Amino acid sequence: MTEQGSRASDIRVDLLEIARLIEPRATVLDVGCGDGSLLDYLVRQKQVDGRGIELSSEGVNQSIAKGLSVIQGNAEEDITFFPDDCFDYVILSQTLQAMRRPDKILEQLLRVGRKAIVSFPNFGHWKVRLSLGLRGTMPVNNTLEHPWYSTPNIHFCTIRDFVNLCGQQNIHLEQSMAINAKGYRMPFHNLFLANFMATQGMYVITRK
Amino acid sequence: MIMLFFMTKDTIEKIDADGYAEVVTLGQNRPLLLDSGEQIASFDMAYKSWGKLNSDKSNVVLICHALTGDQYVRGLNPITGKQGWWENMVGPGKPVDTDAYYVICINVLGSCAGTTGPASVNAITGKTYGIDFPVITIGDMVRAQAMLLDHLKIEKLFSIIGGSMGGMQALQWAVDYPDRAKTVIPIAATWRHSAQNIAFHEVGRQAIMADPNWAGGRYLDHDQRPQSGLAVARMAAHITYMSEAGLTNRFGRALQDRDKLAFGFDADFQIESYLRHQGLSFVDRFDANSYLYITRAMDYYDLGAGHDGVLAEAFRGTKTRFCILSFTSDWLYPTSESRHIARALNAVGARVSFADIDMSKGHDSFLLDCPEMFNIVRGFLRSEADAAGIVT
Repeated sequence: MTEQGSRASDIRVDLLEIARLIEPRATVLDVGCGDGSLLDYLVRQKQVDGRGIELSSEGVNQSIAKGLSVIQGNAEEDITFFPDDCFDYVILSQTLQAMRRPDKILEQLLRVGRKAIVSFPNFGHWKVRLSLGLRGTMPVNNTLEHPWYSTPNIHFCTIRDFVNLCGQQNIHLEQSMAINAKGYRMPFHNLFLANFMATQGMYVITRK
Repeated sequence: MIMLFFMTKDTIEKIDADGYAEVVTLGQNRPLLLDSGEQIASFDMAYKSWGKLNSDKSNVVLICHALTGDQYVRGLNPITGKQGWWENMVGPGKPVDTDAYYVICINVLGSCAGTTGPASVNAITGKTYGIDFPVITIGDMVRAQAMLLDHLKIEKLFSIIGGSMGGMQALQWAVDYPDRAKTVIPIAATWRHSAQNIAFHEVGRQAIMADPNWAGGRYLDHDQRPQSGLAVARMAAHITYMSEAGLTNRFGRALQDRDKLAFGFDADFQIESYLRHQGLSFVDRFDANSYLYITRAMDYYDLGAGHDGVLAEAFRGTKTRFCILSFTSDWLYPTSESRHIARALNAVGARVSFADIDMSKGHDSFLLDCPEMFNIVRGFLRSEADAAGIVT
């Protein structure tokens, strides 16, 4: 359907960054796929064989209506029912921080997928440090929009924390990307700079 | 009722003179083999259809009805005098759009709305079957439907959709005829009857068989009906179709036509009056033995059987696309059963969608006005029709 094809190019800039990483006709699982925008884009533009898991009813309904194969469920539980190595890519976009056990989910991503693409809000960003360091309050901004008491984000981490965790879990960082507030890639490859300047970290990870 | 007969090679088609349903007699040359090992050599299948079959027959949607349902999905039901049971789902411009799809619904084997069941006359013996009707399964029902579709020269089904027992049939279709089912939408269904499901059905059956008018299943020979027993069976079952919140919201402890308790066993409460009405109106339209046979078929249902209880194995290799829907307040076939189906399908790499729809009214939500269900069914079918390039 051409109308949906053109609409699909309107997806968020940071999702486009993820889409660029995925090869045509790959098998893809989007964990926490929201309204299915990214999956829909991948199915139409890259002919991927896509699946999704989403918790919210609205997201699931919109995804199914787009023709996507999405199941309603809890990512950490439902991912365990997929067999080993059944996807080329598993995407966890802006969802890691909402997991009960981010370390366990990384393990699962790389059990079911050959590669995982993980993006998360960076708690090491200078504005966050400023809010915490000078104002002494938990940050609330565009990427961290919920106040501390009602946020679904229960496990914030910095880019450095993520890199450390991957090191501990024997996970290979295939690509590291620093993303700015507008969703574009920043030219930082230095970990200190990325951790200070990026609002989002985005990584392609594989098993070592 | 006057019937017109057409002889064909191995079937007889009767067009109901009232024009309500079409009936085809099957099995005369090739009997229906049942899971029990028995067979039925001649049986009628009654069905209704809407919409137009396209040139390559790629737009056929099979609707499967529930335990006490029938083929009257739309329009006037000549048995009840009421409108069809899924008017809000099926029709022109509806989620299952009869402007786009050719929709067919077949009365299940063992039922009593034109298809052969225990109240029918055995063509071989000339006598009413009654309790001599063979015990059937959901698999048998589906096999009989497939025979009718063969007769109609319909090979592939674009979609098979059903709620409750209808959803169980849809799943059975996907397992038994994976190449014929392009998509299936089981709603408020399950993959096997649980102990609790069997228990409730057993209460219903015992109520029927405890009625002296049941006469060992031979009541039709004595021109009588086990109406009290069937009414109680229906009352008990009806409770399982609703949620506690639904009952509380609708009836609470409100009294029926009185302003204080009567200190007797009359229907003091509205819920009692409602259930009695449900029971009584049911006995006029449904055969008690059909109720025994169909509940039995449901109890025997277990898609994991034959695969060491591993449901995923039943679906291995499937190309069918699944859209599994459950309701948050359904405690008869709870969400966990549908989720189990979705996970089993994911385990074998099937294309599956699953949504748990927030409805407060229990199992029967699939029959009610539910915009979320309508949107999902509409979107799922439309996207699949577009992808398949179905010309309507």
